[in-house]
Amino acid sequence: MSMKTLRGLLLLALTVALAGCHTVLMSPSGDVARQQRDLIITSFVLMLLIVVPVIIATLVFAWHYRASNQKAHYDPNWDHSTIVELMIWSAPLLIIIALGAITWVSTHKLDPYRPLDRIAPGRVTPVDVKPLEVDVVALDWKWLFIYPEQNLAVVNEMAAPVDRPVRFNLTASTVMNSFFIPSLAGQIYAMPGMQTTLQAVINHPGDYWGMSSNYSGAGFSYMNFTFHGMSESDFAKWVAQAKSHGDTLDQATYAALQAPSERNPVRYYGSVAPGLYHSILNRCVQPGPTCMNMLRVPEPSGGGEASASSDSHAAMPMAHPQ
Amino acid sequence: MTLHSPDLAKLIFGRLSLDDIPYHEPILIFTFIGVAVGAIAVLGLVTYYRKWGYLWNEWFTSVDHKKIGIMYIVLALVMLLRGFADALMMRGQQAIAFGAHEGYLPASHYDQIFTAHGTIMIFFVAMPFITGLINFVMPLQIGSRDVAFPFLNNFSYWMTVSGALLVMASLFIGVFARTGWLAYPPLSELPASPDSGVDYWIWGLQIAGVGTTLSGINMIATIVKMRAPGMTMMKMPIFTWTALLANVLIVAAFPVLTATLALLALDRYAGTHFFTNDLGGNYMMYINLIWVWGHPEVYILVLPAFGVFSEVTSTFSRKRLFGYASMVYATVVIAVLSYLVWLHHFFTMGSGASVNSFFGITTMIISIPTGAKIFNWMFTMYRGRIVYDVAMLWVVAFIITFVIGGMTGVLLAVPPADFELHNSLFLIAHFHNVIIGGVLFGMFAGVNYWFPKAFGFRLDPFWGKVSFWFWVIGFYFAFMPLYLLGLMGVTRRVRHFDDPSLQIWFQLAAFGAILILLGIAAMIVQFAVSILHREKLRDSSGDPWHGRTLEWSTASPPPPYNYAFTPQVHDIDAWWQMKQHNWRPPMQGFLPIHMPKNTGTGVYLAVLSFIFGFAMVWYMWLIAAISFVTLLAVAIHHTFNYDRDYYIPADEVGRVEAARAGA
Repeated sequence: MSMKTLRGLLLLALTVALAGCHTVLMSPSGDVARQQRDLIITSFVLMLLIVVPVIIATLVFAWHYRASNQKAHYDPNWDHSTIVELMIWSAPLLIIIALGAITWVSTHKLDPYRPLDRIAPGRVTPVDVKPLEVDVVALDWKWLFIYPEQNLAVVNEMAAPVDRPVRFNLTASTVMNSFFIPSLAGQIYAMPGMQTTLQAVINHPGDYWGMSSNYSGAGFSYMNFTFHGMSESDFAKWVAQAKSHGDTLDQATYAALQAPSERNPVRYYGSVAPGLYHSILNRCVQPGPTCMNMLRVPEPSGGGEASASSDSHAAMPMAHPQ
Repeated sequence: MTLHSPDLAKLIFGRLSLDDIPYHEPILIFTFIGVAVGAIAVLGLVTYYRKWGYLWNEWFTSVDHKKIGIMYIVLALVMLLRGFADALMMRGQQAIAFGAHEGYLPASHYDQIFTAHGTIMIFFVAMPFITGLINFVMPLQIGSRDVAFPFLNNFSYWMTVSGALLVMASLFIGVFARTGWLAYPPLSELPASPDSGVDYWIWGLQIAGVGTTLSGINMIATIVKMRAPGMTMMKMPIFTWTALLANVLIVAAFPVLTATLALLALDRYAGTHFFTNDLGGNYMMYINLIWVWGHPEVYILVLPAFGVFSEVTSTFSRKRLFGYASMVYATVVIAVLSYLVWLHHFFTMGSGASVNSFFGITTMIISIPTGAKIFNWMFTMYRGRIVYDVAMLWVVAFIITFVIGGMTGVLLAVPPADFELHNSLFLIAHFHNVIIGGVLFGMFAGVNYWFPKAFGFRLDPFWGKVSFWFWVIGFYFAFMPLYLLGLMGVTRRVRHFDDPSLQIWFQLAAFGAILILLGIAAMIVQFAVSILHREKLRDSSGDPWHGRTLEWSTASPPPPYNYAFTPQVHDIDAWWQMKQHNWRPPMQGFLPIHMPKNTGTGVYLAVLSFIFGFAMVWYMWLIAAISFVTLLAVAIHHTFNYDRDYYIPADEVGRVEAARAGA
């Protein structure tokens, strides 16, 4: 029986067993999460190959060799057998070789930094499609989504068109959070002064649950949002409607927004001050501190002026002010 | 009385004020009243029966490894009650906090509870449990009279107690950390956590950590230098092997924890920027450092438990341990690999694919030696004559439970799978699966197994079995729903939920927690019943289970000197081999035995450490300075104590041995 059939059977069994509850990880709507689901099931099946026999053998031995069963063979000095030893080291080894190979390949293929090469099983990412860029900021205790192309910012709600790759750039204002939409793709941390990336795609329209999955303080439990998967036209409508809100997210409104607050309602900003996300990432929204990407040791031969990093995107966590 | 000088008050009391006493929190007030009533009752009884002198002379100041081991386990059991009370409160909150219902715990309280639960269960339950068991059993197993540094042992114990007390003090004075048990910065830095919580955490762990590190050194020295003649490394009992490697891991890993906590403390107290967001700080360094300690810590806990299972399986299967050499190599391989996997705790913090796969694969490789161990226990049972005393029941429950936990662990080691499962309740279920199913089950097996050695009577098997079944069934009820909830996308440390379809699973988990509560209650009943019926359960042979290793060759409880004559070892199962040859203890030719003398210095140093830690938490600089200087002075003064040993006369040894032979 091939791995695929096995997986299919197991999936069926799981679906039946879990019919009563919605296990989002087992029935995701994004291609990345789907591949992660398949990987979970494949690994699980591989391990069952050894775990099930071990559990059965343990129970059989435990029962058969009970003291009251005088018929069972008793050999108090039997403590070594080369063939058994060979087996007990090689069986797990073989499984781990298989699993290790799967791990190496899948970790590279599903690396959250790697642009998607497919948007669904059998559907290669069209060359002319540019991923939708979303800059995500984890605030105390709400999510800020900035759409640079659309010049739009939203608190605690986001949307993306179906079957278009999305590239999330993530950072945080004060403490670590983890950005997690289980139906879409696995999580990635959002961390202050650092940027992480997540590439994902949603395949079915719908409203999905998103959250912070890393504890970040008192308001953490309410740090949730809805992620809408939409058709292109619905997405355009959503953008237009969101933009119809006149507010602008600039340094002053951001300063007010980033103050700790809980259970924030959805809020739209029709425009965003240019470069705001990079100031947040480089920790220089408030007047005063120098942006982290400007903090560079002056070149010994250079003019002595601190020069901006050539990679204006990157906060440099290792940069030292000197 | 009013203090006229606010500066003086500040100098003495630091930032501590009456507002820090949580008298507005009814739960804490009731807890306080409960603890106070309990404490007064215990202290009153001790006073009434005039047992203070006995406790002080025979226990608190004792440098006898057996008594220190027992005290460690008492500490672990007491702290288990505290840690489990936290667990019950969390389960209660999560079972009811749905939709409009906020539950009964506000975030400020709930967040302290999950932090305290993790901290206490790892540092003050699991650690004292394994240290206690190693302390009691290992010197007996290697035929030694005590550990290498008996006073250091006593001091280590009291430092652990001191750390535990500091964490407990945060219940009633100020708050505990609200950061999660590993206090990740930037959340644990001053801007996000300005109050006393993280400081209690830092100083509690630092003080206890001194004890752990010193005890690690002590145990390594003991095992390396004090084995009975004939006991080569490859003839050491397997529990001693696991104890050796666990302590090697302690000595290598705990200094990393100490340094990391010290750097965090510097950030919080001295304004440095090791782990801050700005001014060059880098909190990823903390995440790496804390897990460079944290992952070996897992193996520090589970290796000795593996050792217990090996001893118990072999004894109750009435058979030699299968594959001794491969057991030893597996243990060594696990110990080495445990340093190469730390990054798997944060695959999701943005490392690249190659780094993630490296750490994922090293993690999986650990399952090979672990799997070999499981097979070895299986093949030890194979062709055995298995007697199901309570200790052996724990072994069978362990193998099945641990295999499941190991499997979910390998699943979490696949980085793309971990992206979905990290921080989820699936992860919570996994590590409880291995820590309860591995470490705790091992400790319970060990307690049931070695209790008659420590006290001379067995534990009541009926209540032991009641406890066993409640624990095991309760465990499955409490944690299998969490696996499922993890697959439903539910993550950890959440205080309130919106989706009502989740509630039933949380209620099932809460039901499981109640079954475990009954298991703990049955365990307490088991102790009580066993003490009441101790004459019926008495074992005068010293070898109630037909044991195989040296500890069963001496009396139960062993005399202060353990062995009148140092045993000669010829086999891995030394005592089994001696029994095969009808060995009889010699009844003459006794020599005076050189013994270490009790000292109260360990207690004094621990009390001073507590005062110092408390003063540091509250910025009481004057008291901190005085207590620290006094601490150093007492420690130095102790080095001039030349009244540190005595001899047990030969005829007294002879009397003790004759009494045993006659019994």
